[in-house]
Amino acid sequence: MSATSDGLGVSCRDVRKHFGSGEARVEALRGVDFETRFGELSFLVGPSGCGKTTLISIIAGLLDRTGGELSVLGTNVDALSAHERVLFRRRNLGFIFQQFNLLPALTAAENVAVPLIAAGMSRRHAVDRANALLSQLGLGSRLTALPLTLSGGQQQRVAIARALVHEPRLVVCDEPTASLDHASGEAVMDLLAANAVRPGRTVIVVTHDSRVFHYAHSIAHMDDGRIVDVTRPDRRREPPRPAERPSAFEESYA
Amino acid sequence: MNFVALRMLTGDRAKYFGLVFAIAFCTFLLENQTTIFANIMKRTASQILDVTDAEVWVMDPQTEYWEQTKPLKDTDLTRVRGVPGVRWAVRLFKGNPVARTLDGKFAVSFLIGIDDATLAGAPRKMLLGSWDRLREPDSVIIDQAGYILLFPGEPLALDRTLEMNDHRVTIVGISDVPAPFASLPVMHTRYSEAINFLGRERTQLSFIIARPDAEVSPAALTTRIHERTGLRARTTEEFMWDCIRYYLQHTGIPVNFGITIAVALIVGAVVAGQTFYLFTIENLKQFGALKAIGVTNVRLIAMILLQAFTAGTLGFSLGTGMAATFFEIFLHKLATRGIVLMWQCVALTGACIFFVVIVASVLSIRRVLVLEPAAVFRG
Repeated sequence: MSATSDGLGVSCRDVRKHFGSGEARVEALRGVDFETRFGELSFLVGPSGCGKTTLISIIAGLLDRTGGELSVLGTNVDALSAHERVLFRRRNLGFIFQQFNLLPALTAAENVAVPLIAAGMSRRHAVDRANALLSQLGLGSRLTALPLTLSGGQQQRVAIARALVHEPRLVVCDEPTASLDHASGEAVMDLLAANAVRPGRTVIVVTHDSRVFHYAHSIAHMDDGRIVDVTRPDRRREPPRPAERPSAFEESYA
Repeated sequence: MNFVALRMLTGDRAKYFGLVFAIAFCTFLLENQTTIFANIMKRTASQILDVTDAEVWVMDPQTEYWEQTKPLKDTDLTRVRGVPGVRWAVRLFKGNPVARTLDGKFAVSFLIGIDDATLAGAPRKMLLGSWDRLREPDSVIIDQAGYILLFPGEPLALDRTLEMNDHRVTIVGISDVPAPFASLPVMHTRYSEAINFLGRERTQLSFIIARPDAEVSPAALTTRIHERTGLRARTTEEFMWDCIRYYLQHTGIPVNFGITIAVALIVGAVVAGQTFYLFTIENLKQFGALKAIGVTNVRLIAMILLQAFTAGTLGFSLGTGMAATFFEIFLHKLATRGIVLMWQCVALTGACIFFVVIVASVLSIRRVLVLEPAAVFRG
């Protein structure tokens, strides 16, 4: 699948979503227009309950919308069957969750290998690849550690590795720094910016954490189920490249 | 993804062992109770099954089971012998005399009188002596349990004397016969001797045991005997089931065991099923994450089934081992001889456990299938 001709990774037009019916009906999204570009890190920010999570769930194909148009990586997801959507998600999407959602019984490397194994790769090859990626992310010494023995920052790094190991074209991050202290949050964002932002790939980050806004190429502000403002901030700091700053990340965890 | 499923299953040791042991105890209880019940029921037909010479039993039409006999006329034996397809037919007597030792200890006994000429129906498993010595006058063969009951603490020995109905009888053999339903001594003697020991009545022929010609099946012969003589004829297996059925219908044993088995099944199933169901519920978040990552529903179902069958197989194997050990240790005694773990009970329990595992899996799978993968974003 190639990049779209307009350079848009995700395009939402008048996307609507409601839950329940009658008196219990809740309008979660009231006509959202939202887009992300390849090679960019797009932030989705706003108060709790404004519909951020609903929107990324719809974009990720985890939730059906009630109305509007949606194109993800140039694909009209409406044209896909339920099974095709699962396969599309498995091939093209990576997820980073606020609570990491690592499988506690699997080692760090095995957790990272899960998307590859789910796609049919042999366990040995998948774990080899996971080992390489984790080493690249500075977790070479904790490959066989269980998640509960890792710090929050380390767990989130494992989660980032899991989200990137199959080289997805869309990475969806839900509050990736919310469970971390400031230093760990910065380090995680450094890592994400350095490893996830690539040509042909787009990253959506839902966050409350204004301390990391400077990583964004664009920030969409949501309120009450609508995008109320989109800004493209002056980027005070370029996302670091691992080759240029290999020790900064490690230093923050030292 | 199989290794992921198994690691999820075994990752939390406490939950994993809880699940396996819940299934194991359910298995143990079911196998234990069903086996004891089945063996007790089988004991009601022990003396029938012990007569390996014959394949057909002929009795009065009103006779329903081994314990309840209405004597036949001696001429009935001739009539049965006259039925085409009967290879041979001989008399069998069953009575319940009181046997006394010289010390005064006594016990009501099962006395089985076998054909004087052929000794058909004699016990084949002898611990001491030979059934051939039954040809001696006033001789009996007594089973080991009966001997120990009458001569407690004394070594097995031949040529000891008993008194039965004012007759002195000599023990010429000690047999190892299957335990009867009631724990009474089982004695074998010749038909003519048995009648003497019990006292004469007008008719005394309890059963006729017969064997069909080679080309005639036992079932066909029973039909033929009934049609020609009006007597009730049953194959050994049919007669065994008649006895078992009688006890099932006319005693409280099945109700008693049935309640215990039902409680074991319900409690075991609920505990094992609920433990597995809760195990899945507690892992819902992990399943949600896998769903979001792109693991298909079919794969998730396979994972849950693998977890269920792994836990089920381990628990069932462990429980069966526990049941086998229980029977080996606690029931490997004279009084409980013959009560062994029956493969039918193991199979039945296996089917129950399989059913429980299937139900728990279906409930668990349902929860996982209806789980919105978007739930993983909700923390």
